Amino acid sequence: MMPAQVTAPDGVLLVLALFLPAISLLAIFVLGLRRPERIALPTLAAGLVVALIVALQVGQSGQAATYRLGGWLPPLGITLRADGLSAALIAMAALILFVVAIYARGNFAGTAGGAESRQPMVFWTLLLGLATALNTVFLAQDLFSLFVALELLTFSAVPLVSLEGSRETLRAALRYLLFALAGSVLYLIGVALLYGAYGTLDIASLHQVTRADRATSIALGLMIAGLMAKAALFPLHLWLPPAHAGAPAPASAVLSALVVKAPFFLILRLWFDVAPQPQPAIAGTMLAVLGAASILVCSVLALRQARLKLMIAYSTVAQVGYLFLVFPLVMGSEAAVPWASIGWTGGVLQLVSHAFAKASMFLAAGLIAEAMGHDRIDDLGGAAQAVPISVAAFALAGLSLMGLPPAGGFVAKVMLLTAAVVTSNWWIAATILAGGLLAAGYVFRVIGKCFADPAEGAPPRNAVARSRELAVLSLAGVALLLGFLPLQPFAYLGIGQGGMP
Amino acid sequence: MNAPTLYGLCAAALVGIGLFGLILHPTPLRKVISFNLVGCGTFLFFGIAARRGAGAGFTGDPVPQALVITGIVVAFAATALAVALILRMLEAGAATVDSRPEPPDDLSP
Repeated sequence: MMPAQVTAPDGVLLVLALFLPAISLLAIFVLGLRRPERIALPTLAAGLVVALIVALQVGQSGQAATYRLGGWLPPLGITLRADGLSAALIAMAALILFVVAIYARGNFAGTAGGAESRQPMVFWTLLLGLATALNTVFLAQDLFSLFVALELLTFSAVPLVSLEGSRETLRAALRYLLFALAGSVLYLIGVALLYGAYGTLDIASLHQVTRADRATSIALGLMIAGLMAKAALFPLHLWLPPAHAGAPAPASAVLSALVVKAPFFLILRLWFDVAPQPQPAIAGTMLAVLGAASILVCSVLALRQARLKLMIAYSTVAQVGYLFLVFPLVMGSEAAVPWASIGWTGGVLQLVSHAFAKASMFLAAGLIAEAMGHDRIDDLGGAAQAVPISVAAFALAGLSLMGLPPAGGFVAKVMLLTAAVVTSNWWIAATILAGGLLAAGYVFRVIGKCFADPAEGAPPRNAVARSRELAVLSLAGVALLLGFLPLQPFAYLGIGQGGMP
Repeated sequence: MNAPTLYGLCAAALVGIGLFGLILHPTPLRKVISFNLVGCGTFLFFGIAARRGAGAGFTGDPVPQALVITGIVVAFAATALAVALILRMLEAGAATVDSRPEPPDDLSP
């Protein structure tokens, strides 16, 4: 056996990013059934440090970090690789997971002396499972490892939905699982077809050999359709609202902010790295039409929801719809490479800023529900006095969803809008503007109710820990800080793109 | 008709029957079984890719067989998780486990 060969100075860190949460997950079973958060929280903190170091090193060296397992070269070996985009996304995921873990200590603290209880144990192990799966999705470089990563993601996410164990959440979890399984089996058929056609599943190798023939088109079509079901693109979004609304607040935050982004990231990779160039314009337009339908239909549905968490869940489907507008915008641009175009950058920024804003929003909704004892939007009067910081965080995150300055969502949506105008996709520009207006409608509706006077004879408010409120505010703050990025393609996200070895 | 073509048609039929069930059957247990059928078709397809030695002109390519083993394990885990969820639903007092969309929270204002 050859010794592990490190091809870049920081490659080992990628292995660490993958294995830290996986090992710690096993450690909970061995050591810490009673106080699982004492193992999980330091692990997620360490994961954040690792992810930030990787992101810094990629930025400083201007090169992708690569690690080849066992020193075996593709197509036989398995490669982990962090280019600028992957490094940014693992840093994003690690930061959100860490803040959610700080928040979740309030919901899922194990009991000190008592017997181990089921819920905390399940929550913390699944959170670590999600961390492993997300890092694998962002770092893996062959289509089959990505399949395994997606399955790990699904198996960690589904039980989080039904953590409460009520009939409704179990039903939502089952429906989520069936949609996800249908998606993964379609993806796997595509993998089989690609292997049959080219004899390799390594993305960099496929990049050089894919031809525009029927087998490739069918394979990629099946894979993208399967991933669309997992990313909850209209009309395959039916599973998402009950699942994300039924989960406990910290779980909803992770599901909405991170889990639905992983399949979209894979579609991005299939589209730009695997599909033969140039991609068919009709396919890109179809994805964008479905994205536009997501934005319009689900924003209207969000306006009509009576429960705060269901409203936020519908808003997730709408905001994920924006990501799918990227494809025709990039194809119509004059940039030499996709990642130098403003549409691509706008899409990635929308992904990141929505992740922070939506995590903050779900966590804030959790605190509001804890303080008020319910999450009926119409009866939220007095919430602004009871949990002022949470309501402020909700409002700041809302700015990002609406696309108002100075939030990250503003920069993202202006970039998408500019790209739509430049490539004269007027219907996309109109959809972006309409989506912003509808988002303003559903966010202001909630904020207006929060500032209303409490109803007569309302039950007393429950106290909420200040540290948890500040954790929520910090996420909204990050979403806001992203708004100070310049309105141009970032060199950072282009590091290592397309320069396939 | 040679053997790979015959097996390929079998795989396609399995995938077709499975997808039909996955989309049209309302009961989750049948959906789970249909998912397994699609899975079987896919694994058979990997086997054909191996038989054709697509990789480097071998008579048999070992890589797809390794992939199939992993795929079977994953499909088994998925089936176990789905059946566990169905059982928990029955324990929680659900009269049926139909996964037809429920009207209450979804659409009503």
